[in-house]
Formats: sequence, structure tokens, C-alpha cells
Amino acid sequence: MKTDEIDKKYSNKLYESAYDAANMCVQCGYCLPVCPTYLTMGNEAQSPRGRINLVKMAAEGKIDILNDLKEPMELCLGCRACEVACPVNVPYSEIYESALNVIAENKKASKSSHTMPDKLLQTMLKNLFPKKKHLRTAGSFLWFYQSSGLSKLTQKTKIMEMVSKPMGQFERALPKVESPNKRYKFGEHYKAVGERKMIVAFFPGCIMDAVMSKINRQSIELLQKCGIEVVIPQNITCCGALHSHQGEVDATKKLAKQNIEAFEELGVTYLINNAGGCGAMLYEYDKLLADEPEWKNRANKFVARSRDITEVLAEIDEIPYEKEWRGVITYQDSCHLRNVQGVIDPPRKLLKSIPGATFVELKNSHLCCASGGIYNLLHFEESMEILDEKMLHVIKTEASTIVTTNPGCLLQMRLGIERSGSKNKMQGLHLMEVIAEACGIN
Amino acid sequence: MMNRLSTSELLNLIEQEIPRERILDSLANRYSYSFDASFGEYLPDIIVQATTKEEVSFLLKLANEHQFPVYPRGTATSLSGGSLAVHGGVMLDISQFEKKLIVDQENLLAIVSPSVITSEIHEAAESVGLFYPPDPSSSHVSTIGGNISENSSGPKGLKYGTTKEYVIGLEVVTPTGEIIRTGGKTVKNVTGYDLTRLIVGSEGTLGVITEAIIRLIPKPADRKTLLASFDSVINSGKAITNILASGILPSAMELMDNACIVAVENYMPSGLPTEAAAIIIIEVDGYKVAIQEEIDKCAEVCERFNATSVKVAKNEQERERIWKSRRMVSPAITQLGPTKISEDATVPRSKIPEMMERLGEIREKYKLNLVVFGHAGDGNLHPNILTDIRNVEEMKRVEDAVSEIFEAAIELGGTLSGEHGIGLLKAPYMSLELGENGLLMMKKIKEAWDPKNILNPGKIFPEEGQKKVVLI
Ligand SMILES: Cc1cc2nc3c(=O)[nH]c(=O)nc-3n(C[C@H](O)[C@H](O)[C@H](O)COP(=O)(O)OP(=O)(O)OC[C@H]3O[C@@H](n4cnc5c(N)ncnc54)[C@H](O)[C@@H]3O)c2cc1C
Ligand code: SF4
Ligand code: SF4
Repeated sequence: MKTDEIDKKYSNKLYESAYDAANMCVQCGYCLPVCPTYLTMGNEAQSPRGRINLVKMAAEGKIDILNDLKEPMELCLGCRACEVACPVNVPYSEIYESALNVIAENKKASKSSHTMPDKLLQTMLKNLFPKKKHLRTAGSFLWFYQSSGLSKLTQKTKIMEMVSKPMGQFERALPKVESPNKRYKFGEHYKAVGERKMIVAFFPGCIMDAVMSKINRQSIELLQKCGIEVVIPQNITCCGALHSHQGEVDATKKLAKQNIEAFEELGVTYLINNAGGCGAMLYEYDKLLADEPEWKNRANKFVARSRDITEVLAEIDEIPYEKEWRGVITYQDSCHLRNVQGVIDPPRKLLKSIPGATFVELKNSHLCCASGGIYNLLHFEESMEILDEKMLHVIKTEASTIVTTNPGCLLQMRLGIERSGSKNKMQGLHLMEVIAEACGIN
Repeated sequence: MMNRLSTSELLNLIEQEIPRERILDSLANRYSYSFDASFGEYLPDIIVQATTKEEVSFLLKLANEHQFPVYPRGTATSLSGGSLAVHGGVMLDISQFEKKLIVDQENLLAIVSPSVITSEIHEAAESVGLFYPPDPSSSHVSTIGGNISENSSGPKGLKYGTTKEYVIGLEVVTPTGEIIRTGGKTVKNVTGYDLTRLIVGSEGTLGVITEAIIRLIPKPADRKTLLASFDSVINSGKAITNILASGILPSAMELMDNACIVAVENYMPSGLPTEAAAIIIIEVDGYKVAIQEEIDKCAEVCERFNATSVKVAKNEQERERIWKSRRMVSPAITQLGPTKISEDATVPRSKIPEMMERLGEIREKYKLNLVVFGHAGDGNLHPNILTDIRNVEEMKRVEDAVSEIFEAAIELGGTLSGEHGIGLLKAPYMSLELGENGLLMMKKIKEAWDPKNILNPGKIFPEEGQKKVVLI
């Protein structure tokens, strides 16, 4: 096909998949004040209203998908704050995903613009993330790297920063990886302490499983201590969020189906996760599979039983606390937990319940920290601008601990602490680490 | 039209004083500044994000020298096409202007830069026990510069007036690039012509506002709210005028017709009576004892005019619920059609019942989804037509209906616009309200300020031969 024919094909496809939704926008701008990229970049093209309009323009064939639409869409964090703010319920994420999908296909079709980082990312998505063994190996390597003193050496010499600035900075923000032999096992049941109140499945995720397995282990032990039996489904895999954000719809659907099957086999009450981003993806499998009749019903059931761990814990009257916490805690919402799953109060309720801790609400905690999946790796400068702005508010709370509920956000906030020079005054922790520690689980 | 210079020549000129990263010219950017909350679409050639008055002055001087149009833009929530680049040229984005918001408690005023969002002023004033009353529903998005240019207001306009009542001083860059000050920090000021009032509501045609001094008032101590339903619109109108005649000045009096009530209930059930022909929401504010007496009297008047139910909110929660149903009107009615044509024809309040009747006739005649709500206390109605811009045949009927709405408002002694401004969409009807000579005086003022017609051309004044609104 000639290039302009290709272009026409994809703008038609975009028209089919997103035009009606984009046309619902009345351009009132109510979404502007909640959009982090608009707030830092100050440009209409980097606002929800602007992006929706550009999708419309691309669908009408007025602008080019790769030359004009690609950049503004890729600079969107996918935090979906705009969706919640919209008075007329424009389905932003549908428009966003359609656009990403068409951009990805168009990129493949016009191979010339297939750049190196793109290729690397595709390979990683295809081969690394859905394969827990590979990821776990990477995690073990990281553990070796950190515990052997090698990391201190590279940090001192700044080798990593010389390879890539973002990588170098993230490397320093990584929490300490737990020794591989402390890991929970897939397919295993972990019995409740005391009388069993419930039996649930736990979703370990891929990044969480590989490098933050300690948080997963603590979550499991905490659930046990609260009287809940936990099973790790044998065949559970990556949630597909990263694939979905790169416009890889087919790959995402494949992962979703595998997860639904893995969960169905168990017959337990809930599928619990502790990562806002993964949770949101699981929470929308029904939308993802809406056009596949044989899967729709199964997806509905799956979604109805998907819960964030904070929702379950917040309903337990007495969390078995054993220790007092010292200092001020503040909380940064995970966008996907807040905007997609609508979980706003439970994490706050839990934090307020910790004996000894003082909870201080963070101003603008509802605005994305710009971790956004792997946004911070792909768009380092843009992301850091949003993060640095956020840190100004964090510092004002005078907190000694900033808490999040998603691995990406956690890394990002730890990086924020580094960058703002607050390392000796402040730590960044996952909510489960805090609750677990207060319950005497280390 | 930039007929003298090519875009790249113009870029080079602007770049002399304004950093390149604040000059946008990619196609994606041009389309992103081609719209506002009306539904027009006009591509500017270049967007300049000015942050200082010097930059604005530089740009306007350049525009006069090389004759290209400049359109000031806040956050583009205008419903009348106010900032659209109808003749191409430069979009002057003021939303990124250096922010300044100083509350001067002693003098009961605030000094603000044009990019400040209106709700930020509300917050800053309230944090020290003061009050900035103008409250357009877009207050969390729109800029104070845009509000001043459109003379915006909202439900509180009834008691507290519109933006113009609060602007006492301005810093303005004139269309020829001079920086001037009008008014000042005093509430009383009778030195010469009142240029401040001339600029307020001038829709970006007489100057670019770069700073404003606005008056604040003490915050009312308390408020009370009631919701009354009627089975005839005429009766609701009579209740409104009689409450005002009884010596009470509510802080808000809002009206919703049956179509709006039904739309809200379908969209987000709020417990509104779907069988009512109309409901009115009344709020009074002031001292506790005074407002109790006032709200009781309002309830009494409603009952006298056969209200089918009258409910006074017992607590903040109930009050919030009533207001939420009012705020839901706009989103709810968009479910009736993707294109929303929002008018704000305003009539003397005694004529509200008559205007409602006329609107009913127009709805029947043109067979359109026409619903009405608005700030009944000041006669400011919002007839809204819900349609689909892709339905050409229906859009043509809409054009005729819109013309008839304006004609009706003016026949009843009203005006084309109560708060959304004339912009692009109502320009053709100006002489209907002002008469040829009235319009001519306004044109002369524009010519004196802007001899080369550089600033926001195509707005307020009809183009040659333009007689009615053309939507598509
Ligand atoms: C959902 C919704 C609800 C609304 N509700 C109300 C309401 O209740 N009451 C009401 O009155 N309006 C309302 N509006 C209309 C609109 O919000 C107001 O007209 C607002 O004042 C526009 O501000 P803006 O910053 O968006 O300006 P823009 O739309 O960007 O511009 C409006 C006009 O002001 C000019 N302008 C902007 N900044 C400057 C400046 N610094 N100097 C000179 N000229 C300038 C522009 O050229 C244009 O003519 C509503 C709009 C929406 C979308
Ligand atoms: S998803 Fe987040 S970043 Fe993207 S447009 Fe919406 S608010 Fe902005
Ligand atoms: S809030 Fe909704 S309708 Fe308004 S501009 Fe944003 S997406 Fe469009």
C-alpha cells in the first residue's frame, strides 16, 4: 500500500473505534484542572480536551496519525483523572486505548518509523513480562547485584547514569530486593491464623513478583494474620496493563483469558491484588473482552470478584496491630486505584487506624505522580517535571513516610525523595509494608 | 488572513522577543487552539503563549506593523466563540501568564493576573473571611481575564451583580501595543471616562487585560435554600416576581423546566418531581435570624402561587443535594444529543412566563429538543437545543429557531446575552437590539482603539451582509 492509503486506512479505523466517543466531548474544559500533563506543560495538546479533539481530527483525516497524533497520545499518563472529572462521562480511556492501538498498528505498517526503543519494548513485552520465570530470574539477579556490594560500586562510579540517565536514577531508588529463597510459591495455600473467615486468591503481578516480592509476602502474611486463607493461583500471569498501554490489544486479551481461567479453577471468594495499576486492568477485563461473547460472562464474574487488598482489610474491624508507628504519614493515591476502581477511602481509613501514626492528607494527592506504567522511563523529562512539582507538596506535609499502593508509584516516589534531597528525612513505602510492620510482620 | 507575511517570516519576527518554546506552530498544536466550548473550528497559524505584558505589547506592535490578527484566549470555555481565530493569524494564549494573586485584606481587594483561575480567587478570598461573588459554572476552569472580558456571572448575579461590579482597576495592553492603566484601588473613581467598565465585557476586542484590581466583600454569615415545584410555569414565574416584590433579595433563584427535570432524573436520580412543569431553587444569605424569616416568607409566597411542594433544606447535605441537581442539568441534557447549543437570552423578569411560552412555541414549530433552565431571578434564561451537528437538515431548523429565540427576547424588552457574550455566534443580531446607530457608536469606539482591526476581529460586529447565525 502507498503511504497515504495506509494513512487513510488507519484514520478510518480510528473513526470506527473512537469517533462517537470523542464526539461526546462538549469541550467544556472541566477536565483541564486535573490533568497533570496539562498542568506542567501548559499546552492544550497535552490536555484531555485537546487529546480528544486531536483524536477527532485524526479520525476525520485532518491530521496525521503518526506525525501529529502520536506524540500527544504517548505523552498522556493514562491516569484517567480526566474521566472522573468529566460531567458528561466521556469514556476517555476507550478513546485513548483506541488511539494507542491505531498508532501501534500504523507504526508497524509503516516500518520506517519503527525506532530502536520501540523494538526493545516490543520484545520485552512479548518475552519478558508474561513469563514469570524470566522475571523472577531478573529479580534474583538484582538481589545478587544489591547484596554483593556491586550496586554500591556502580552507584559510586555512576556507571548506570552514564548508560542512561533515567535508568541510573531509578536504580538508586529501587527498594532492597528480598532474598529469592524467601519467596512464596505458585499453587500454594497459606492457611489463616486462628479461625478462617474467608479464602481468597492473591494476584502476585509481574514486577511486584520479581522485585518487590517482599511486599507480596508481607501482604500474604498479613491476610493470614487477619484470619484469611490465601492461595496463589498456579497459572496466573501478568495483568496485561503494560501491553495495553502500548496498544497491544491481542496480547492483552490473551493474558486476560489466562488469568480468568487460572482464577476460575479455584472457586474462592475474591481475587485480591495489592497493585493499583494491575488491579485496574483486572477490573476492566469485562470491557476488554466485551466483544467476545464466549468470554464476556466469564469476565463479568471475574471482575465482580476482583478487589484491592485495602478494600478487604478496611472491612476487618480489628487489624491485629502489635506496634506503635512513629511519625507523620502521608499518602499518594495510585491513579488507577482511585480513578478506575474508585478506591479512595479504604487506604486512608487504614492509615488512620495505625496506632501512633499521624496521618496528614497530601495536597493534590489525587493528581498523578507521573509514574504511569513505564511512562517515567519512556518520557523521563516530562515525568520528572510532574514529580518535582508533587514533591513540593509532599515536603510541606513534613511527613517522614510517604505511602503508595502501586509498585510504579512507589518507585517514582522514592525517586522523588532522592531528587528532592530528602533521603535522610523521609522514606517511601507501600501501604502493605507499613501495616505489616505495625502488625509485627517483617 | 496573513497576506503580508509567510508563517516562517512571522515566526522569525516573534522569536526576536519571545522564546521559541512558547511559540507553537505544529499542526497538532494549531488544531488544539482551534476550538472553544462553542462548536466553531478555525485554525490559527501560530500560537504565542505570552507571560508578561511586555511580550503582549511587543506582539501587538508587530501585528500593527505587519497587519495580522491576534486573538486573546484564556482557557477557551467561551460558549459564544469568543476566542476563535476566524481569520487565521496569531492565537495569544494568556493562560500561561505569570501568576499573581494578592489579597489586600485591609482595602478589601485583590490584585490578580489574567491567568488566575476564578475559583482560586474564591478560595483565596474565603480563606481570610472575604467573598468574591461572581460564580460562573465554569469557575474551576475559566480565567479571570476571560471572566472580565465576558463580564461573566452565575446564580449569584441576582443579588451581587456581575463581574463588572467588582472590577475597579485594570492594566491593559491596547490593540496598538501601549500599556495603560484604568481605574485604580479606590471604589469611588470619577476621573474622566470610565474605561474600566468599557473594557469589562469587551470580549477581547479593545485590549488585552494583563492585570486586574477586584473588589471583595465580607463573606455572608449563613445561607438557606429551598426547592419548590409547580404544575404550571406561569405560576412559578409569578412566585419569582412576587418574592422580589415582597422586599427579599435572594442570593440565587434558579429555574428548571420539565424537560430538564426529567433529563436530570434519567441521568442521575436526585429525587426531583418528574411530573412538575417547573421547579425553582431559592437561596438567601446573610445573618442567621434574618435569613430564617426570609426563607419562611419565600416558602409562603410559593405556596400562595399554588406550589405543589415546598422543601427547605434542613442541613448542608440537603442543600448540597438540591444544588447538585441544578449542576447536573448541563451534563444531563447532553444525553439528548451530542451537539449542545446553549443560549442565554435574557428578559425583564416580569416577562419570564411569557418568554417561557414563546420558547414552548418555538420548540413545537421546529420540532427540536429545546429545554430551558436558568437564573430566573434576573431573567437570564438558558434555552438549550440538543441536536447533532452531523444532521444537516436539523441544524438548518436550529438556525431558524435560534434566530426566533433572539427576536422573542428582544421583543419582550430583553437582550441577546445575559452572560455568555456576543462573540461570533450572536454578532448578526446586534443591530436588532442596538439599532443601526447604536451599533455604529460601538464600531466607532472599536475603530478609535484599534484602527487596523488587529485585535480579535470577527467578534461582536457582524461581517458585511451577515443577517443570521450560520451554524454549518
Ligand atoms: C460548562 C460551562 C459553563 C459556563 N457557565 C457560565 C456561567 O454560569 N456564567 C457565565 O457567565 N459564563 C459561563 N460560561 C462561559 C465561559 O466560561 C465564560 O465566558 C468565561 O468567562 C470564559 O473564560 P475563559 O478564560 O475560558 O476565556 P476564553 O473562552 O478563552 O475567552 C473568552 C473571551 O475573552 C477574551 N479574553 C480572554 N482572556 C483575555 C484577556 N486576558 N484579555 C482580553 N481578552 C481576553 C477572548 O478573546 C474571548 O473573547 C460557561 C462555559 C462552560 C463551558
Ligand atoms: S489520562 Fe491523565 S494525563 Fe491523560 S489526559 Fe487524562 S488526566 Fe491527562
Ligand atoms: S470534561 Fe469531558 S466534556 Fe468537558 S472537555 Fe473534558 S472530556 Fe470534554
